[in-house]
Amino acid sequence: MSTQASRETGSGAAAKDVVVRVEGLHKRFGHLEVLKGIDMELRQGEVVVIFGRSGSGKSTLLRCVNFLEDPTAGTVEVAGFRLGGGHRTRRKREQIRQLRLHVGMVFQQFNLFPHMTVLQNVMAGPLCAGNDDDKQVRAEAHELLESVGLEEKADEHPIRLSGGQQQRVAIARALAMKPELMLFDEPTSALDPELTGEVLAVMKRLATERHMPMMVVTHEMGFAREVADRMVFFHEGVILEQGPPAQMFEHTRQAETRKFLDAVL
Amino acid sequence: MTPGSSTVLGGDGSGDRRERLALASARIPFRLKVAAVWAAIFAVLAFFFWLSQFDTDWMLDNLSFIAAGLRFTIAIALGGIVLAVVLAGLGALGRLSSNSIAYGVSGFYVSFFRGTPLIVQMFLIYLALPQVASNLVDRFPTIPAEYANWFILEAAVAGTLALGLNYGAYMTEIFRAGIQAVAGGQGEAADALGMTHRQKMRKVVLPQAFRIIIPPTGNEFIAMMKDTALVSFLGVTAASAEIFRRSQLAGQADIRNLEAYVVAAGLYWALTALFTVFQARLEQRVSRGYVRLPGQSSQPKGQPHGGLP
Repeated sequence: MSTQASRETGSGAAAKDVVVRVEGLHKRFGHLEVLKGIDMELRQGEVVVIFGRSGSGKSTLLRCVNFLEDPTAGTVEVAGFRLGGGHRTRRKREQIRQLRLHVGMVFQQFNLFPHMTVLQNVMAGPLCAGNDDDKQVRAEAHELLESVGLEEKADEHPIRLSGGQQQRVAIARALAMKPELMLFDEPTSALDPELTGEVLAVMKRLATERHMPMMVVTHEMGFAREVADRMVFFHEGVILEQGPPAQMFEHTRQAETRKFLDAVL
Repeated sequence: MTPGSSTVLGGDGSGDRRERLALASARIPFRLKVAAVWAAIFAVLAFFFWLSQFDTDWMLDNLSFIAAGLRFTIAIALGGIVLAVVLAGLGALGRLSSNSIAYGVSGFYVSFFRGTPLIVQMFLIYLALPQVASNLVDRFPTIPAEYANWFILEAAVAGTLALGLNYGAYMTEIFRAGIQAVAGGQGEAADALGMTHRQKMRKVVLPQAFRIIIPPTGNEFIAMMKDTALVSFLGVTAASAEIFRRSQLAGQADIRNLEAYVVAAGLYWALTALFTVFQARLEQRVSRGYVRLPGQSSQPKGQPHGGLP
């Protein structure tokens, strides 16, 4: 990958190109250390697929990037905010909120707001972020729903939708914030097999047509091979190996990675 | 039953009859059968009342006097539930707060008011509070003496306060559980969208917690309507007495205790039954978004609870 060289030059010259910079990230839950020092960068338009066994820390990393979890040590830099862990003062909470306004997140369990219609779900973010132009927010929400193929479901409540449709709404809801970065935390793991395709298709279009930088935790290796610029293998809280899909699938360096890939492929 | 009998089940004939009866019964709508059971219970009760020379004329004569207590019963219960809801809301936020003062105060509140009897709390507020106030005024002459009078409360007011404080403590736990039940994934989704804490609570958490909280809060309100009878022990005058006090007064005066308390029981029952209907409507209203098909309620209707295998 061409970005490999510039990464070595550090934060100076290439800073504008970097969307996320994670440095020395540790996360401990009680006695359990889930992340043991993660350094990672995501560049403009880059799609990174993070994979590994359950409990290897992949989801925790994603959740640390938008501070759903507080890092025990290390920093996360997104959209000009460089934040670490520690006590959440009023000022810190506001900084975290500002950071989150630039980051979209899609959850395994969709987490749509069940008491709102699909349209209200998509409008919730922008309206809460202080965009008072109801007409504009509504128009953009309709546009987004159309782009994920669910315009006709705008006035339904989420429970009337299939899992795949719900997850597509969740993607539209996150995109409504016009994020600079999208996080996908096992977006298809809760879906019936025949419904994963429609969600992955939306994600693929997001990557190829809109060049959205994405961090995707998934076991969908077909998606990784087709869409990812880079694949990152997590093992016991560290990044054991990473590289472009071709390299990861054909010339795995680590036995652990090979073993995992053989198991899921 | 002989070994060579051809019928497998209940071969002795009486079993066949039971079988036929069960089949015949299965054809009658469940609700109709339940209604028949209720009618039978009322018939038996009426029979025993008639045997004990139940004085229905006295009941009719005194109904309006006892029923006049309804407005006090309802006023006390409404005042109590409003106070309880406010306290429970504050209490739940305190129990969920990371602020040590809010957490500590709400913890003390719940512990004390759940840990002592309601009737004791009523007397503390009605009788002990004025005593404390007047002693303080005696000790500190700088405090104007009339301040002490503020704490001499009407029995109904003291009762309402005690009910609100007591039920508020129980409902604090209900509200806390309701908020916690939605705060997890829904709260994270709101966080991830960059909502402020206030927006998250107002737009995402509370509207959903509301739906979880309504049924148990309705139950608390029903219980409170009945506990208003305890206010009688504070010794209210006949003019402002609620249902129970009035039935006591009327019943004892004419030695018609059975009749008087049956009237009281009937009035409480009618009140709670009426509210149960209202509550069911409210629950249906807030279940929007949790129902898959139009017109279908979140809990299947008309299905007896024991009807599932």
